[in-house]
Amino acid sequence: MTPAVSAADIAPTAYAWQIQATGLKVRVGRKRMAVDGLDLSLGTGVHGLLGPNGAGKTTLIRALATVLRPAGGTLELLGTSVGGMGEHRALRRRIGYLPQEFGYYKRFTVREFVEYMAWLKEVPKADIPAAVQRAVERVGLADRADERMKALSGGMVRRVGIAQAIVNDPSILLLDEPTVGLDPAQRLRFRELLQQLGTDTCVVVSTHLVEDVAAACTDVVLFAEGRLVFQGAPDELAAAGGPGHVGDSPLERGYSALLQDPEQGRGNW
Amino acid sequence: MSGEHASVRIIDGYARGGTDIAADEVWALEAHLEACRVCRDRLSAAVAAQAPAVVALVDTVWAGLGPRLAATAVMPRRRRWAARLSRWLTPTMVPWLAMAVSVTLLALLLDLADTAPGEVSLVLLLAPVLPVFGVAASWARGLDPAYELTASAPRAGLYLVLRRTMSVLAVVVPALLVGGWATGVTAAQWLLPCLAFTSTTLALGGVVGVTRAAVSLVAVWAAVVVAPTLAASRTAVALQTGALPVWGLILALGIGVVIARRGAYSVLEAHR
Repeated sequence: MTPAVSAADIAPTAYAWQIQATGLKVRVGRKRMAVDGLDLSLGTGVHGLLGPNGAGKTTLIRALATVLRPAGGTLELLGTSVGGMGEHRALRRRIGYLPQEFGYYKRFTVREFVEYMAWLKEVPKADIPAAVQRAVERVGLADRADERMKALSGGMVRRVGIAQAIVNDPSILLLDEPTVGLDPAQRLRFRELLQQLGTDTCVVVSTHLVEDVAAACTDVVLFAEGRLVFQGAPDELAAAGGPGHVGDSPLERGYSALLQDPEQGRGNW
Repeated sequence: MSGEHASVRIIDGYARGGTDIAADEVWALEAHLEACRVCRDRLSAAVAAQAPAVVALVDTVWAGLGPRLAATAVMPRRRRWAARLSRWLTPTMVPWLAMAVSVTLLALLLDLADTAPGEVSLVLLLAPVLPVFGVAASWARGLDPAYELTASAPRAGLYLVLRRTMSVLAVVVPALLVGGWATGVTAAQWLLPCLAFTSTTLALGGVVGVTRAAVSLVAVWAAVVVAPTLAASRTAVALQTGALPVWGLILALGIGVVIARRGAYSVLEAHR
């Protein structure tokens, strides 16, 4: 019988922020710096990562998932410095990641796929069945858990992606465009799940939908051309916009107000 | 559980509702109950004897739950072998391995049909590049849909690459063994080039991406060895027994580079 509370559960954290970046630079390809001198501190809560297409959101999330190495600056995740040639196994066990292009094996059932991911994430063998069942239930796929992935709709596949991301109970959860392909009802349930997760996890959600941010995020990170433009509560973002700015909601007006200056002279899009 | 157990007074009090025992005793008792089967049994006996309200409540809940449990579908039997196999090779590797094995068999048939002395053995000619395809399929962006998820997992890296390479070799080497035995080529003559190519693919893959490494190595092999051999219709120098030390050296170099650059397989670059 294991004790009810383990030493790891009550150990004090040795870091101030789950994610802390100073002067972070991440290179894409040979020349382009997609993240160029980013200073960012993120703690527990749901952080909405907003920005125009090509702002470097995906690159930043990949760097946070430790699959891209920083080209400069420092990045600390859960108090561990990321960089150099290490494999970061202990750190990666505490990170959940849903990439933008979520690829999967069509012949696997939902359960098999999430189990396989749990194995890849080094979840202890005895805990895998329970962890998989819990993750699948949390995304509302318990009744489809034994169907093959190729029989699922796009929204369901996306939910499997979310399930594999949370199967290891991560301390940092990185979701790149998780709401693509979800219908409005699923999106509402997804926001609820985000709020639940945000109570004890550092969740970073990249999105281009401003209403997702308004509904589910405790914090907005506005990101353009590889740099931080704004960080604060959704209300503060809304307050930045005036009636003269483009947009249908206060948040959209705030978004266009803050992004107006860097975007001048770059065409209509 | 050894030694200490909760007293009858505390357990009875807890079963009755816990108002006549102190809060710290309740806490200690609950912590003990989580770990002690004996005391849980005593508690359930105490509940049955002393708290009819609780028993009635539990019965009501069971009565409501029973039909729903009966209607719930039973989880299908897990395909254990499938789960275990997926730890060694991804589903995308299966067709490539099947191709490697059938190419070997085809080469063997051609070799056996064409038994003129001094002819070139096709098995020998193909052996080095066959595992390269499997290795590429195991760690390539274009072929493995879950490459980004795999790269971000803690188990990614040299360990997983070697695991998958092992499974490629476990399929390809026996097929070549049969081919080599049937055509009378000595094992070292094809095994060393085969292993050398595999390790070089991985070593180059850590630098330029596994797909590019595989494609360029196969191209080099075709240009430098296969084409001259078929043109001149005699076994190339590279495949004669004199060249074996060179292959051994390449193998050792490849393994050295792979170990030195083991961190490279846990980032996206190696997946190109």
